[in-house]
Amino acid sequence: MILQDIINTLSLPEFYFAVFRSATPVLLTTLGAMIASRSGTNNIALEGTMLISAFVGVVVSAFTQSAWIGFFGAVLAGFLISNILAYFILKLNSNSVISGIALNTFASGGTIFALYLLTGEKGASTSLASLKLPSIDIPVIQDIPVIGAILSGHHVLTYAALILVAVIWYMFKYTELGMHIRAVGESPDAAESVGIHVKRVKYTALSLSGILTGMAGAFLSMGYVGLFSAGMTAGRGYIALATQAIAAGNAVIGMLASLLFGFCQSLANYLQSSGIPLQFIQMMPYLIIIIAYTVYCAMVERNKKKKQMRAAAGK
Amino acid sequence: MSKKFTAVRLLCAFGIAFVLTVAIIFGVSEEPVTAIYNLFLGPLQSKRHFFDVFASSVPLIFTGLALGLVFKSGNFSMIADACLYTGAVVTAALAIKTALPAGLHPAVIMLLAAVVGGIIGSIPALLKVYFHTNELVTSLMFNYVFFYLGIYTVTKFLADRAAGTFASLKYQPTASLGSLISGTKFHAGYLIAIAVVILLYLLVYKTKFGYEIRISGSNPEFAKYSGINTSRVIILTQVIAGAVAGLGGSVEQMAMYQRFNWQDSPSYAWDGVIIAILSGNNPKNVPLAAFFLAYIRVGADLMSRRSDVQNELVSIIQAVLILFVTAERFMAGWKQRQEAKKALGGEA
Repeated sequence: MILQDIINTLSLPEFYFAVFRSATPVLLTTLGAMIASRSGTNNIALEGTMLISAFVGVVVSAFTQSAWIGFFGAVLAGFLISNILAYFILKLNSNSVISGIALNTFASGGTIFALYLLTGEKGASTSLASLKLPSIDIPVIQDIPVIGAILSGHHVLTYAALILVAVIWYMFKYTELGMHIRAVGESPDAAESVGIHVKRVKYTALSLSGILTGMAGAFLSMGYVGLFSAGMTAGRGYIALATQAIAAGNAVIGMLASLLFGFCQSLANYLQSSGIPLQFIQMMPYLIIIIAYTVYCAMVERNKKKKQMRAAAGK
Repeated sequence: MSKKFTAVRLLCAFGIAFVLTVAIIFGVSEEPVTAIYNLFLGPLQSKRHFFDVFASSVPLIFTGLALGLVFKSGNFSMIADACLYTGAVVTAALAIKTALPAGLHPAVIMLLAAVVGGIIGSIPALLKVYFHTNELVTSLMFNYVFFYLGIYTVTKFLADRAAGTFASLKYQPTASLGSLISGTKFHAGYLIAIAVVILLYLLVYKTKFGYEIRISGSNPEFAKYSGINTSRVIILTQVIAGAVAGLGGSVEQMAMYQRFNWQDSPSYAWDGVIIAILSGNNPKNVPLAAFFLAYIRVGADLMSRRSDVQNELVSIIQAVLILFVTAERFMAGWKQRQEAKKALGGEA
């Protein structure tokens, strides 16, 4: 019965459309996490950054009545939060994990505090007339059967995220900034010795991670839902830490890992009426990501050992 | 010098948090004096509120101890959240489904909740040791898994269909940690928490294993080369921390609730981070740090009831404190000047 449900779901074009939709915020955040991580800093504050950006996007769009100004506000908020984090980590020598947790604490309480000030409610921004960013139909592709239904008509930020995968892949491979970020992350001393301004590169990397995460926040509150609700990020910032680890610095693998999450998430949404207890469906995306991450880590370790053995045998 | 410096820095961090709090209240409130008065002095207004602070500090003591122990060993798992929540669910199940005599019932429940907490706590540690995963990443994911598992258990097996909202059936009257001082919420759980504080203090500072924990945390390379079994340290500390958190969830349920209604996971594990930091990961200081946060919490609840400022203000205070207390180079300039002064004075 359940297998039949799954097979039915997997044959729907709408299902694959939903995969991209669910993957978008995680993908943007994964890319952000990746840039930070490659520069040698783990950005644990992604969860809180995304939440604050989602909130700011809704508020700014409601007050300016412009979705794009709202989007800009969300991205700016992401930029500012990641710079606060960068200031504490790089300037004041704080522990990056603990500072990140502090900012997440700030975000979860602070957004509710501010929401109440603005609306008198603590749950959601239903009383604010906030705006959504548009979806885009792609000419030609939208007319192809099946593929059109899957690939066309997505939210503008979904396309932006996919384009950014290519941009960031290119950045790491071919641009000076990308190479500097990698150099700083792999060996800050060596980077310093060839004249790279290590701290500036790290600031830049964290800023970029904040900007990308800000976009993810904007997608959550200005995408399909069109409102802010307390705790709406639901751990996506933490999932991005796992997908980022799986990607190991490769934007394309980061995209695939994010799509895996999107796949589980939208399968979960489709199976809600299938008779599997709701809670098991809800936990599935997290469980699958844990498994994928653990398998990845075990494989890396095995390869490392094999290499060592081969080196030892070579002697 | 360094002790004095730490004290001054701590004081400055508290100063910044205080000034910011007052500034925010004046910025947003139409009755700032009422708000500030209740936030900072509210808990002192009555015996009931003052003992509320002790009661509210109990879960914070448990999570503060759990996280402090994990931090001390140089690891960074947030699995205490899942341990506490599942410990509470186990407590609900046993408090509803089993019947035992009054004194024995809570004891059995606490023991089993601690065991379950310990088992859950071991998962990220085992994955780290055997598959080289990062324990922070896996623990954050597992928190969601165990949260949904808990919700499932309660809705499927323990729910009170007549309640109308998410709630379990009522606990047996035997499964309760009663109040010790009448008219207050001060309960036996506080004494259990203090007993765990003493046990963990002895473990960390007076045993060989405690020495291994401290060395693994402060100097992992040295620990490895001096023959300490670091895998064992990683696993055992997280099992103990998980058991402490599970016990905390159990105590909290039996002392403060008559039915299970945690529809969201409470933030105690995250609060444990600030408790661990303020206590310097030393179990001895945990009750005081927990008292401080609980005091502000109780004050904030009074403030939000009696004025127009909401109690989420606490998480802003909490964040500012964590940021400045742990910022190594915060006030470094001051330290340098003091040292320069001392050096010059010594020469003269």
